[in-house]
Amino acid sequence: MEDVNTRYYIRFSLAQRFLHGALAATFLGLAFTGLPLRFSTHPAMQTIARIVGGFGAVLFFHKFCAVMLTIAFGIHVANLVYKIVVKKEYFLVWGPRSMVPRLKDIQDFYGNFKWFLHLGPKPKFDRFAYWDKVDYWAVFWGMGIIGLSGYAMWFSSFFAKIVPGSWLNIALLIHGEEAILAVGFIFTIHFFNTHLRPDNFPMDLTIFTGRQSEEEFKDAHPEEYARLAASGELKAKEVEPPPPWMKNFARSMGAVAVAAGVIMVIMMAVAFIKE
Amino acid sequence: MKHGSIVFLLLSMTAGAWAAADCVSCHTEKATVKDSIHGSLGCTGCHSTIQSYPHPEKQTPVNCASCHAAGAETLAKSVHAVTGGPTCLSCHGGAHEILPSKNPQSATHPANLPKTCATCHGNEEAAKRVHAPQVYSMYMDSIHGFALMQDGLLVAASCSSCHGSHGILSKKDPKSKTNRANIPATCGACHGGPLRAFSAGIHGQMLEAGAAEGPVCTSCHTAHQITKVGSTEWQMKTTATCGSCHKEQFATYRDTFHAQVSALGFQQTARCWDCHGFHEILPASDAKSRVAPGQLIRTCGKCHTGANESFVKYDPHADSHDQKHYPALHYSAIFMNMLLAGTLGFFLLHTILWFLRSHFGPKPEAESK
Repeated sequence: MEDVNTRYYIRFSLAQRFLHGALAATFLGLAFTGLPLRFSTHPAMQTIARIVGGFGAVLFFHKFCAVMLTIAFGIHVANLVYKIVVKKEYFLVWGPRSMVPRLKDIQDFYGNFKWFLHLGPKPKFDRFAYWDKVDYWAVFWGMGIIGLSGYAMWFSSFFAKIVPGSWLNIALLIHGEEAILAVGFIFTIHFFNTHLRPDNFPMDLTIFTGRQSEEEFKDAHPEEYARLAASGELKAKEVEPPPPWMKNFARSMGAVAVAAGVIMVIMMAVAFIKE
Repeated sequence: MKHGSIVFLLLSMTAGAWAAADCVSCHTEKATVKDSIHGSLGCTGCHSTIQSYPHPEKQTPVNCASCHAAGAETLAKSVHAVTGGPTCLSCHGGAHEILPSKNPQSATHPANLPKTCATCHGNEEAAKRVHAPQVYSMYMDSIHGFALMQDGLLVAASCSSCHGSHGILSKKDPKSKTNRANIPATCGACHGGPLRAFSAGIHGQMLEAGAAEGPVCTSCHTAHQITKVGSTEWQMKTTATCGSCHKEQFATYRDTFHAQVSALGFQQTARCWDCHGFHEILPASDAKSRVAPGQLIRTCGKCHTGANESFVKYDPHADSHDQKHYPALHYSAIFMNMLLAGTLGFFLLHTILWFLRSHFGPKPEAESK
């Protein structure tokens, strides 16, 4: 039983949690409606397509989720630009609180492998561990590759006015392959790194509640904890523990997303092997 | 009275024509002949060996060929001329009830013909013997059977429309209506438009040139199971039908979005014939072909409004394995495969090591002590 005196610290703002929620929901939707198209000869995928309501519906939901994700992505980028350019929050661009990779990430990465092999202590991660940054930038890469190729195929006649039509052949190829990579990565590696690994099993609620207990904070982000404690900023980050409704909400949302993702990645693996 | 009737009988005999009324005084059940096509002939018209009354018990069977020489001769050369094969009456109905084919009651009326033929060809044992199992049920479910039997569309093809009647020959026989070389003409007897288009197209030209591998109507439409070409079921099957000869094109088609949508079971996408046409298929080298370079904007534009010169550079049969013709696509595929395998492979290793370390290694607290 958790000590009632456990202190909690805010890690993600409400806006950040919403962004993750939008990303998760639209990504699940895109995977659910995209996999049947990529693995169209597989009977289970054909069943999904029929459940969704036929080709028109599959394509509609796929495009709908794509637009929603684009909007969420656009809001995130616009907000970042605003914070950096207007509010001059340069810590977002460089330093321990930034998502931009730095030398420490390479050191941590190397150190973590040493730790895996019992050759050294566990690295002391800051606000974002290197795998958090991989997850984050993978979305940017994916948005660029899958998003652009997807919109190119959606508006193919318009796209062909700008570049040769033969690019559409490449667009479908990379759209599908990159999607397999994204689904394969998010529903296995990301799920394991953040939720399913033994330290966090069955899931890390932080991204849903935004709060982390002092113990979790110290364990997962010791550098950040130490830095905030030293500068006295820690007190300002202290929040009420997540109320039961919030934890239950987080658990159910997380469970649904993780279960759906794991089922989809298994289906994809089966279809991929049979292909 | 008795005297009078004998005189009458003798008189009629000399005249060589008995009144049917005399026969039916004994053969009452044969009175139906009156209503048959042979009604005007009288009994002895067919039973010509009966010369006197009383006549011997045993009579030689009626020989239809004595009048119907042409029919009998054709039948004798047909597949039906085998021991145990059908006789005239097997198809034309009871000896005394034969009706003209135009009569809706006739066993050989188009609407009744399938059932008549099915007495043998709908019978599993018999059907097996002639290597044509289930032709009857297949036909009944086909567009022809449905039109004829359900809608009563009497011009719809019945058995004899394609196979002939007396002169049915094995399809192996070059003279047979169902011989591969003759099928377009057989189907074309009704489907004149498709025949004209087929003959103008590459497949028709192949047939005319005597090429053995070209398709005829039945290669794509089947024979007894012909369905509506608009049906989803047929559309789904038929891309593979084209692909059974055009293997390479079918394989490259399967890599496209068109094929993905198609394979999922949906109709709203381009299949072979949407671009290549169907009966009048022409090679791209022919300027009239729908896939000739000059026609592509129009062909693609049927679905892709706004298709232009650049748009039609999209190749609906691109092959990422073909480095020579599709270098950009080929190297993109290699790059994507390496990215996929590299990223997933590396992080899989990362994940496995992490899992083993957290699961089997000492607890973090124990370690820090």
